[in-house]
Amino acid sequence: MRSETVLSCEGLLKRFGGITATDNVSLKLQRGARHALIGPNGAGKTTLINLLTGVLEPTAGSICLQGENINHLAAHQRVRRGLVRTFQISQLFEGLTPLQTLAVAVTQHLGTGATWWKALGHDALVSQRCEQLLAQFHLTEVMDQVTSELAYGKRRLLEMAIALACEPTVLLLDEPVAGVPAGEREELLKTVAALPADVSVLLIEHDMDLVFSFAQRMTVLVNGAVLTEGTPSEMAADARVREVYLGHGDKHG
Amino acid sequence: MSSVANSLSASSKPRWWEFVLWALLLCLPALMPTHALLISEITIIALFAMSLDLVLGYSGIVSLGHAAFFGMGAYSAALFAKHIHPDPLLGLAVATAVSAVLGAVCSLGILRGSDLTRLMVTLGVALILQELANKLDFITGGADGLQGVIMGPVLGRFAFDLVGQTAAWYALCVTLVVFMLLRSVVHSPFGFSLKTIRDNPLRAQAIGIPVHSRLIAAYTLSAALAGLAGALQAQSSGFASLDVFGFDRSADVLLMLVIGGTGWLWGGIIGAVVFKVLHSLIAAWTPQYWTFWLGLFLVLLMLVGRERLIRPWTWGHRA
Repeated sequence: MRSETVLSCEGLLKRFGGITATDNVSLKLQRGARHALIGPNGAGKTTLINLLTGVLEPTAGSICLQGENINHLAAHQRVRRGLVRTFQISQLFEGLTPLQTLAVAVTQHLGTGATWWKALGHDALVSQRCEQLLAQFHLTEVMDQVTSELAYGKRRLLEMAIALACEPTVLLLDEPVAGVPAGEREELLKTVAALPADVSVLLIEHDMDLVFSFAQRMTVLVNGAVLTEGTPSEMAADARVREVYLGHGDKHG
Repeated sequence: MSSVANSLSASSKPRWWEFVLWALLLCLPALMPTHALLISEITIIALFAMSLDLVLGYSGIVSLGHAAFFGMGAYSAALFAKHIHPDPLLGLAVATAVSAVLGAVCSLGILRGSDLTRLMVTLGVALILQELANKLDFITGGADGLQGVIMGPVLGRFAFDLVGQTAAWYALCVTLVVFMLLRSVVHSPFGFSLKTIRDNPLRAQAIGIPVHSRLIAAYTLSAALAGLAGALQAQSSGFASLDVFGFDRSADVLLMLVIGGTGWLWGGIIGAVVFKVLHSLIAAWTPQYWTFWLGLFLVLLMLVGRERLIRPWTWGHRA
């Protein structure tokens, strides 16, 4: 695997009135990276994701995807270039079934999302891909249930399955296991561990077990700015990191 | 075929009762020839309700001014027949196109803002058009309405008659074609992408759906079909007046969708039939107070719920 940078941001700044939510953040993600972004509550982790994905517009700074500046691209265009995210609070389509949800995402990715004269299930490629995703995310037995009636763990799985349906090159996972009850947790951790190797993953998570087992590199964010970056063992040994975050890890874990 | 493929295509296949109902609807003018005028009136309003369902039920856009497009279609069809060509189908096409253009322009106003903003914008557009039609009396005939519209025969063979037989068949056939078109649209990837926008625009965008252009397309199509309904009305009555833009009309069609249910195409048809039949029955019994009884029905419908109201045998059970 080549160690090329797929996603990078340079001097990213976001101000809301007088508050600086993202303060001069620079970040690089290699192809296939497993990178964790940690920091106490209110450190600006979700704001950073919103900036990278185009939900928010940065006050200053640049974002590059595979060497190309994507600042001007709308959120849905960034998705088509392979920059996909999940949400901390599940954002699902409550009126559709998991199967329909995935089929919409897949047709969108295949470029047939605007087709209006053929039924959603017409394309065999779509149902094949959906079948595969449903199996991969343990959703096959609930594929025809209305999403609003799914158990919480299944909702978190669907949340990730939707993102994978868009075939990302960079996946931003916003607290994938937050609030998942212990019984459903294992299934979710396994799917996170089994994400395709060539997909670069940026993981935001408070769960230190997951972060340390998953990440090859970590960035610590405090008050919107990067405090430090390095390997998990370097971070664990860093006195400042322990001070601002890991020392209070019990509170968040 | 795998079970996944089966499940995916299951909802898009028409049910047997849909064929039966449509066969019945198409026979209605022959079965009840004395009610042909009522049949065409209900059919036209059902088509109008279906057009609103596309934006309300499938895309989640509330509108209190859908009569803007109905009225635009009505006046376009009447003017076209009067000044350019009397052929009904040609007139339908022109009126639909004009309404679509209006819809595309107006869609820019509903992209931003919340439900309340959209209610006000849509209401405002209908009011503006009504006042324009009133003031531009050298084109529209103003408050007197646009008179002297002579329609040619449908397909060059079926002339409009006084009892409304031709008009009823004509409206039913056009509505069936639109129904089949919409059926295909709402079960397509495009239709499903509208439902994702309705349920969660933030996530729809996050799976690569261009939310704005989808909403523009849906609103434009809906406006075109509302205009088509308006054109049918103008053609079958040979007349267009200011009330085609009226607030009552927008509100009534919203009520019909509430009665029949949004987000499934039959809601508009069932709602229109129930609304109009209730109207006729109550008005025959107590002409002055029919809105009282209609209001009471709506309150009951909302409190009891549609599912329970149509299942009287469940009324004794606990909710």
